Amino acid sequence: MARVVLTYSFARQYASGQTEIEVPGRTVRQLIRALDARFPGIERRLEHDVAVVIDGVLHQNAYLEEVGETAEVAFIPPIAGG
Amino acid sequence: MSEHRYKWVGTRQNRPDGADKVTGRARFAADFNLPGELVGQVLRSPHAHAVIKSIDVSRAAALPGVKAIVTGADFPEQPDQVVPAGEMQVNLRDVTRNIMAKEKALYEGHAVAAVAATTADIAKKALALIEVEYEKLPHVIDVREAMAEDAPILHPQMRTEGVTPTPSKASNIAKRLEFTKGDAAAGFVKADFVIEREFTTQPVHQGYIEPHAALASASEDGQVQLWTTTQGHFQVRGFCCRLLELETSQLRVTPSEIGGGFGGKTVVYLEPVAIRLSQKAGRPVKMVMSREEVFRASGPTSGGHVQVKLGATRDGRIVAADVTVALQAGAFPGSPVGPSCMCSLACYDIENIRVVGFDVVSNRPKVAAYRAPGAPISAWAVESTVDLVALELGMDPIELRLKNAAKKGTKTHYGPTFGVIGMVETLEAAKASAHYRSKVKPGHARGVAAGFWFNIGADSSAAAHVGEDGTVTIISGSPDIGGSRASLAMMAAEELGIDYDKVRPIVADTASIGFSFVTGGSRVTFATGLAVINATRDMIHQLKLRAAKLWEVDVDGVVWQDGEARPSSTNVGEFEPLSLAKLAASASRTGGPINGHAQLNAQGAGPGFGVHIVDLKVDADTGIVTIDRYTAVQDVGTAIHPSYVEGQLQGGAAQGIGWALNEEYIYDARGKLQNAGFLDYRMPVASDLPMIETLLVEVPNPSHPYGVRGVGEVPIVPPMAAIGNAIARATGVRMVDLPMSPPRLSAALDAASPRLAAE
Repeated sequence: MARVVLTYSFARQYASGQTEIEVPGRTVRQLIRALDARFPGIERRLEHDVAVVIDGVLHQNAYLEEVGETAEVAFIPPIAGG
Repeated sequence: MSEHRYKWVGTRQNRPDGADKVTGRARFAADFNLPGELVGQVLRSPHAHAVIKSIDVSRAAALPGVKAIVTGADFPEQPDQVVPAGEMQVNLRDVTRNIMAKEKALYEGHAVAAVAATTADIAKKALALIEVEYEKLPHVIDVREAMAEDAPILHPQMRTEGVTPTPSKASNIAKRLEFTKGDAAAGFVKADFVIEREFTTQPVHQGYIEPHAALASASEDGQVQLWTTTQGHFQVRGFCCRLLELETSQLRVTPSEIGGGFGGKTVVYLEPVAIRLSQKAGRPVKMVMSREEVFRASGPTSGGHVQVKLGATRDGRIVAADVTVALQAGAFPGSPVGPSCMCSLACYDIENIRVVGFDVVSNRPKVAAYRAPGAPISAWAVESTVDLVALELGMDPIELRLKNAAKKGTKTHYGPTFGVIGMVETLEAAKASAHYRSKVKPGHARGVAAGFWFNIGADSSAAAHVGEDGTVTIISGSPDIGGSRASLAMMAAEELGIDYDKVRPIVADTASIGFSFVTGGSRVTFATGLAVINATRDMIHQLKLRAAKLWEVDVDGVVWQDGEARPSSTNVGEFEPLSLAKLAASASRTGGPINGHAQLNAQGAGPGFGVHIVDLKVDADTGIVTIDRYTAVQDVGTAIHPSYVEGQLQGGAAQGIGWALNEEYIYDARGKLQNAGFLDYRMPVASDLPMIETLLVEVPNPSHPYGVRGVGEVPIVPPMAAIGNAIARATGVRMVDLPMSPPRLSAALDAASPRLAAE
């Protein structure tokens, strides 16, 4: 099971306030779908406009990225830069 | 710097665009011209906030020489939702209203109409003939005033996102964010002492030397060509196609050389307008902003209000932190409050954290990105407060930061756990630096501050072509702002084992290379660099195949070394090595042209940390601050081209010094900008600054073959607090409002010493 980490305000709005959730899945997409089964509607919030940090490594557009069985997968606000 | 193992990576080569730039041959956007082109100019709102009741262009249209006029009605309505445009997520309803106002003018300088005419003089006269009927509305400039319950509302449909339940009342607060780690309230109970302060910053402009400019040419068959100064021509294509309902294949965008961007050229202003005018006029249209227009109508970075509360124990551990960041976004939502919140405490391993952020609209130009967007604002406040903790403890400020530094395994307040990072190494390097070990001169004081930025990867494409003489062209879609052509060519030369001078890097237009995300976020040497490395490796594979064909051996029997194909062992056979030039010369006989291609979504950009040290003196009578010595220390991964890396650190520090000491937008009571020019908007010049010393700490990024991390964002994060901390140590007065300009600092010193002031 991967450990999904959400920001506090996002979790409060879309995941009953849970900021850390154990979720089955081998890709970011599978994690999002598993989350959506638990928190309906969260999928469309996580598909776009987020950055994903997998085990400390920042990913952009990581929808199909593979994740390890015990990975930490954090969804954070998008990051661009100057 | 660590000893490098490479022939080209880590060396200081001439930049490929250098000769053209020093001889004036380089073409910037305003240098492009087409036969029959018209001059486009923009009519801008004189009011900070007003309903546009009507626009009558009939008199202007009747003026001889006027060929086209556009208003907001010429741009299709867009959905009020965030949608992708050129890989960016944007609210097109806002973007279309920012390039040309529709129902309301939301800031002084907001575009209201535009004209294309045969001469600039006629265009100017035509603008004066356009009659706009306004109904003036109350306006709001300051971020805290905009957050007030009774503030004038900019967007009646806007409800604060991130608040449950969704508010029924309109607000200027577009979004509320909150990040937590541990239990901040419980953490403060464990603290031996708590320090709490409020800080402000003013919006500051990127100050790029080249104003926005665009040349558009629309053909009768619907095809459009555009030349523009931009950090991302694929984003320009994406925005313009969405706003003008064009297919992406209809619009070909060519980036000019770019005279600075720093984030401010990742959006569109003139481009869609020039295209629409060209479509209506049937002739090319060129538009160039004046410096005044750049100030009044393009995006600076946010101004902000930041509250910081830190709790620490007497042994120097920061055990709790509470930060609230409110950033003004300008006239439309989208300040960098998210990164500002995330970066605020990223330098430290603190057990209990709460960070709250607000994205707030006000009657100013919509903000744009500026180096490490949002991070300098929160860092100014947090790093100043960390200095107060050090002073309270009587502890060396670097020692305090070392005691609390984030490291591999540190759980951040925004969620992720850090992998390999270089905060500790950077602090150690700063502590060991000649500057920090030197004695502070009499009458001077020293300040220190740290900073963080994520750095990003994202989409890049690259191609490598070999010519018949064995020279190589490297093609990317990343506009070169900070020397990326040189760094890309150096990595290609390293891979190919040929001389750097044999590699020519170019930036191609949107029709000539695959999609590439903006030059921003300190991503190009990392992400486009990866694409170039992969394209070069693809080419090397082709070269090995050709050698194998000529030698009639299996490709596994060929290795590529020092720019030539060689048999992998004597078992393969006795063959003379085949150089790149030899293989290129025989390409037609061995299968045709030899090219390499790559496209990727680069993952694993390594975060960067910086520590800045400044020595300065304060003239107590005038409030003038003189920077005597300045050192920027940064974890840069591997420095591909150390001179450009150093230049990034020096440039960021110089801009930060301006942000700290002078730069601000000054509005009058009517919401009109009073200092829209470089005479009154005071950026630092060479005579204001000492040579900025740099120390490159190379902690390689494991996600890149050469260990590259981005470097351009971090150096603007620490300067404001480093300078504020030095001023506090010099004068005993803690400045909390930026800029710490002579009048403001002088007033603060007077207020702190009423007796001296009276004398």
